[in-house]
Amino acid sequence: MVDRPLRGPATVVDHRDVARRRVNPSLVAGTLLVALVVAVALVSFVWTPYAPSRVDPSSRLLDLSAEHLLGTDKFGRDVASQIMVGARTTIFVGVIAVGVAAVFGVPLGVLAAMGPRWLGQLVMRTSDLVLAFPALLLAIMFGAVYGASTLTAMIAIGIATIPSFARITRAATLQVLSREYVLAARVAGRRRLAIALRHVLPNVSSLVIVQVSVSFAIAVLAEAALSFLGLGTPLTTPSWGRMLQESQELLSVAPRLAVVPGIAIAIAVLGFNLLGDGLRDRYDPKLERAS
Amino acid sequence: MLLRVLVRAGVLLASLAVSSVVVFGFLAALPGDPARVALGVNATEESVATLRTEFGLDRPLRTQYVDWVGGMLTGDPGRSYVSKAEIGPQLADRMQVTLWLVAAATVIAVLIALPAGTLMAVRHGKLSGLVLAGLSQLGVAVPAFLAGILLITLFAVRLRWLPSGGWTPPVEDPVMFLRQLTLPALALGLVQGAVLTRYVRSAVIDVLREDYLRTARAKGLTPERALWRHGLRNAMVPVVTVLGLQLATLLIGAVVVERVFVVPGMGKLLLDAVANRDLLLVQAVVMVLVVAVLVVNFVVDLLYTVLDPRLRHG
Repeated sequence: MVDRPLRGPATVVDHRDVARRRVNPSLVAGTLLVALVVAVALVSFVWTPYAPSRVDPSSRLLDLSAEHLLGTDKFGRDVASQIMVGARTTIFVGVIAVGVAAVFGVPLGVLAAMGPRWLGQLVMRTSDLVLAFPALLLAIMFGAVYGASTLTAMIAIGIATIPSFARITRAATLQVLSREYVLAARVAGRRRLAIALRHVLPNVSSLVIVQVSVSFAIAVLAEAALSFLGLGTPLTTPSWGRMLQESQELLSVAPRLAVVPGIAIAIAVLGFNLLGDGLRDRYDPKLERAS
Repeated sequence: MLLRVLVRAGVLLASLAVSSVVVFGFLAALPGDPARVALGVNATEESVATLRTEFGLDRPLRTQYVDWVGGMLTGDPGRSYVSKAEIGPQLADRMQVTLWLVAAATVIAVLIALPAGTLMAVRHGKLSGLVLAGLSQLGVAVPAFLAGILLITLFAVRLRWLPSGGWTPPVEDPVMFLRQLTLPALALGLVQGAVLTRYVRSAVIDVLREDYLRTARAKGLTPERALWRHGLRNAMVPVVTVLGLQLATLLIGAVVVERVFVVPGMGKLLLDAVANRDLLLVQAVVMVLVVAVLVVNFVVDLLYTVLDPRLRHG
């Protein structure tokens, strides 16, 4: 109980109470869209209208109907079922990629801010260097060496995203470290690790959460691009990017095959972007404009 | 100022050196050897050994690295393991194509973002501003390759106004060149334009709140004139930075868009090399792209200093 008053607000900038009172349209819309994608992905585990990879030559390229809500593709596979399982792929790749980025990026950021100066410089310069290797390029390199797979795609996207987590965490940590309650904790003789765990991490968490949402949107885009190029998920797993790739030869016959996965990708990316914007507004109205 | 440039140049050189080690090390350290990878599992031991000797793959890694960097620096990265063709001329050819695409996309992005972003800032909180904000939010959510496919569906398949892909050099047939460039450049440019719009908007909103703009208006200038005469140059500083950083994104985005429109640029070269397991070619293309990203970032950093005099003495 003694150190209770020393704990700062849950965010770096304390405007939460003001922001909480008004309804935030980005936050609401983002939450709904993300919830939709996640719900579809979860439902696909227990139910899809058809088996997603069930080939049915008698029902090739069917238009939208009651039986096939979103029609069928050139092999007679049900598009709605594929979209549902594709949502699973998207969320899975995003969770692992962003997870890798946060698990490495956040501690590195805290370390860069609290550790010795040379360490901070080393972390920052290294992250500059990693930024020269965009996710797609890394994934292509991994693909060239190890053969393309969902795993190489996730790891490449994850590594490419570490610098943004490290930078944001470092900046936020530096801000927290200048607070009186940290000074008080230091004076009270708390060790660095204790300060990092008790004061820094809880206080930078909101910014990290915002970054998670924004990075998720980027990961969804990268995964779609990689599957589109044939460098992501294997042929046996339905994914939105590859549905798009398969649709391209049929644009004159069935443009719907491109539009449907396209809308799915846009909904997912829009959802995570809006959620990120909304969370940022809520945690820190001062940054509202800097979206 | 000079010190700043020198320090930055030093950082650039160091980054170039380290990334060359990373690219080389990564592709040289792969499981199995490059000759075996290039020839496939069914190749005989003899043919693999011949290829290894032919390309000097049996030498120590350090010698290979020095050779490779020397080759890249002198514009002669050697011959492909698979097609045996010289890599240098291919790189030069393909880079030209990609640069056309990226340049056209940048122009489109700027033409969209400057007016749209400024308008969004001025109409901040009004309905038209909200509509534009929604549109740009939507634009950010559409990847360039998806935009490409939708553009093909509309303009090439439905309306038949423009070809769905291909490439003609500008010297050969300028009209065909422009017709074939339009859709891929739009696909890349629209999306980047949407991203850039958001930055222009926030930069202009920041400027609108500055004291000097209030002073200008107090002198009797209309809001538009005040913004035009005093605000936009200041708003451009962060915008140029983002634009520069976007050039890197555009370069990588071009890899995917080239696939959509069957444009024979760096992206196609890279993806074909990956498909053929032509590792020396992959290595060369990746290195060129990384160098491009690093150099662009360096130039942006310098430009930033030129645009904002306050930073010159920082």
